[in-house]
Amino acid sequence: MSRIGVFICHCGENISATVDVARVAKAASEIEGVVHSVDYKYMCSDPGQSLIKQAIKEKGLTGVVVGSCSPRMHEPTFRRACSEAGLNPFLCEMANLREHCSWVHEKNEATTEKAIDLIRMMVEKVKLNQPLREIKVPVTKTALVIGGGIAGIQTSLDIANTGHQVILIEKEPSIGGHMSQLSETFPTLDCSQCILTPRMVEVAQHPNITLYTYAELESVSGFIGNFKAKIRKKAKSVDEKLCTGCGLCTTKCPNKKIPNEFNEGLGLRTAIYVPFPQAVPNKPVIDKKNCTYYQKGKCKVCEKFCPTKAIQYDQPDEILEVEVGAIILATGFTVKKVDFFPEYGYGKYPDVITGLQFERLASASGPTLGEIRRPSDGKIPEKIVFVACAGSRDPAKGIPYCSKICCMYTAKHAMLYQHKVHEGKSYVFYMDIRAAGKNYDEFVRRAIEEDHVNYIRGRVSRIYEKDGKYIVKGADTLLGGRPVEIEADMVVLATAGVSNEGAEELAQKLHVSYDPYKFFAEAHPKLKPIETNTAGIFLTGACQSPKDIPETVGMASGAAAKVAALFSKDEMTREPLIAVVNRQAPPLFSTCVGCFLCQTACPYQAIEREEIRDRSGKLIKTVAKVNPGLCQGCGTCVAFCRSKSIDIQGFSNEQMYSEVMALLND
Amino acid sequence: MVLGFYPGCSLKGSSREYTESVIAITRKFEIELKEIPDWNCCGATAAHNLNKELSLALPARILALAEKEGMKEILIPCAACYSRLATAQYELNKDPELKEKVIKIIGMPYSGDMVLLNVIQMLDKYITPNLEEKIIEPYLHKVACYYGCLLVRPYNILKFDREEDPQSMDILVKKLGAEPIDWAFKTECCGGGLSISRTSTVGRLSGEIIRDARDRKAEAIIVACPMCHTNLDMRRPEINNYLGAKVSIPVLYITEVLGLALGIDRKSLGLERHFVKVTN
Repeated sequence: MSRIGVFICHCGENISATVDVARVAKAASEIEGVVHSVDYKYMCSDPGQSLIKQAIKEKGLTGVVVGSCSPRMHEPTFRRACSEAGLNPFLCEMANLREHCSWVHEKNEATTEKAIDLIRMMVEKVKLNQPLREIKVPVTKTALVIGGGIAGIQTSLDIANTGHQVILIEKEPSIGGHMSQLSETFPTLDCSQCILTPRMVEVAQHPNITLYTYAELESVSGFIGNFKAKIRKKAKSVDEKLCTGCGLCTTKCPNKKIPNEFNEGLGLRTAIYVPFPQAVPNKPVIDKKNCTYYQKGKCKVCEKFCPTKAIQYDQPDEILEVEVGAIILATGFTVKKVDFFPEYGYGKYPDVITGLQFERLASASGPTLGEIRRPSDGKIPEKIVFVACAGSRDPAKGIPYCSKICCMYTAKHAMLYQHKVHEGKSYVFYMDIRAAGKNYDEFVRRAIEEDHVNYIRGRVSRIYEKDGKYIVKGADTLLGGRPVEIEADMVVLATAGVSNEGAEELAQKLHVSYDPYKFFAEAHPKLKPIETNTAGIFLTGACQSPKDIPETVGMASGAAAKVAALFSKDEMTREPLIAVVNRQAPPLFSTCVGCFLCQTACPYQAIEREEIRDRSGKLIKTVAKVNPGLCQGCGTCVAFCRSKSIDIQGFSNEQMYSEVMALLND
Repeated sequence: MVLGFYPGCSLKGSSREYTESVIAITRKFEIELKEIPDWNCCGATAAHNLNKELSLALPARILALAEKEGMKEILIPCAACYSRLATAQYELNKDPELKEKVIKIIGMPYSGDMVLLNVIQMLDKYITPNLEEKIIEPYLHKVACYYGCLLVRPYNILKFDREEDPQSMDILVKKLGAEPIDWAFKTECCGGGLSISRTSTVGRLSGEIIRDARDRKAEAIIVACPMCHTNLDMRRPEINNYLGAKVSIPVLYITEVLGLALGIDRKSLGLERHFVKVTN
């Protein structure tokens, strides 16, 4: 005979303001099998949990129903409380009176009636609950880090330094990401390359890190602690073992007019190339789309000059299969290009550039060796206009969010320009100056007060070219919206930071959710910023939202800590809510007839064949068996099974029917 | 083919040449324009600043009258009228309660599914598909297509052309043999309704538009809005005064340019009604 306890939570006023909680508790006490029913202001609080524990002990409860918030919020809390009082945690169920009732309905009679129904359903279900034990699964103590920018580099190093293995994949020929493109970094103006390249080298040399560049994730299966990933190593057409990185091929390649991605199109490169001199690994790849041999079948100049015979035109893509316990997404972001802005010329003006292009102009390793020169004619601009919020915070452009980093890098750009061109004049159009961060506002003030950058609060409505100058039309909203026109030699747009190309596809591969702007979604905006909704997959850096370097590095170390915690045990526990094929006494053994339709239905390849033999070893029948390590409890096999031989533990057909009947018998 | 026609006040008064050229062209393509009987003011400029319901009821009454006539599609050449009618239709379709209220005010049934066409949409739909064979005198001039504010805005309501850098007229005039200039003043303000009250402001705003068109060697400015035309053409003395130079670039409606290319005589197109002389 069941002895069920019902505990109705007010959730402060979240539930009690709409639902008559006292009436729900009273109605629950009248349900057959309920021996205890109370309501309380905060059931999740310590005194609330004590109410549950006490009742279990005093009333000898065989099942608990908590009517409160979503099980996503507090199921672990209440199950732990039950467990502490000696009740199997899987005999505790939650009825969601908040998200499913009080938050979505008006205060009236029907709302309370619905709450009572929800309780009644759960009481009927819990009567049929069986005690279950958590499943233990082994943990593969290798992490897969996707993306080799500063986020991926930092998290890889931190995980590797805890003694665990890391596989780092990067789709470009070199690690380094956007940080390697930057000139100097705010708020200290130290050289980006100088602080980054040592870490890049450290990654390459770390005994616990396996680095695959020019590689992308092909597919992933499995679950936390036990992922199987396929990695596509794109053919570099260069044998990495034979190549010494001498660079002779890159000087001899006749196809020299390919826009250089690393320089954001401001310079040219060859078809066989190393993205930049400090690249890691410092070995070239052949860009097949632009290689004369691949396109026309003739050339082979690189092969002719290569002293170590490292060029391999027929090298195929390679698919690697790896087993990992955790995956960290560090795929970064990109910036909107100037051709996104019709009002600023759609990219038709060569000297209207993005902030990232300005970084390359200001960088000592850039196309102008650090001199600020116009891309069109190489002249040093006498007047530069910087436009902050180009696209950002502009719902009309489909980007309502703040890109966060632009206020700071725009101040830095203006400052760098003033430092390099003393007679130059710089203007910054801005909406607000968002310089929240240690030493950030001081940095912006320095740009204004010491380097005499002219800050104009207002937006730019149009940029057009006239007589060799760019006319920048805007408004000065501090002067009552007075129109301002500046004749500039160069314009730098702080274009919005947006999610990286392919982010959506990658998220779908990994079953990670993403927001409307294709940034990956964290599990909780405040308390789980690093976790995703898929256990074992973590986020770091600008793939979650635009971020600056310190924040990215902090998050990367955070992700490493999460992974280290996961890898600290040899086994991890999983909820036992998985499918089981029934087993019975001989001579039937199981109602399973061995059709194996379930095997074709299972998306996780969790169904195995089991042969049942007698003592002499003679085969009696072959039946289905669920691998508890692989099963995700989705229930597809249950729906497919013709002989009703499979059930999900904790969610059996019988339990579901009894919930429905509780509603119908009302 | 019969097409509903809402002229609005300008096309009956200050911009009769716009009406004349629209009629001349549609006639050439055997489209009969049927004027909505008993039409009223669209409420432009004044109504939507004073009374929201009035600003919706005025266009709703026009559309209800058109529905009563059995019209499915109406041509609205004036950009301001087009904007008011399209906005009212959008607002009412979005808010059923408001729609009921406005139906009560106008005292007529109103469904809200009329197809509204501005001149460029009408030309694209009914004229350009059969245009090529009918061009007699290609308009071989360098022109500046000027769209103004209301023809392409607000985008979320009109869903017509690119709001910051529209192209529809540029594409059309190319088909007529003209060479559109690439310029940044396509949607800059001409001074709009200040035409009467603050002519010096119009002189300055329209002056900047004319200056850029002149500097980029445009031989004509092409418009599709009576207000733009008034400011750029009729206010030329104020513009010249602002620029300190006499600029004699004519301002033509898109329909007039099209008419010239089709070989329609100047008088039928109303070309003699301009303040700035239009030479062929």
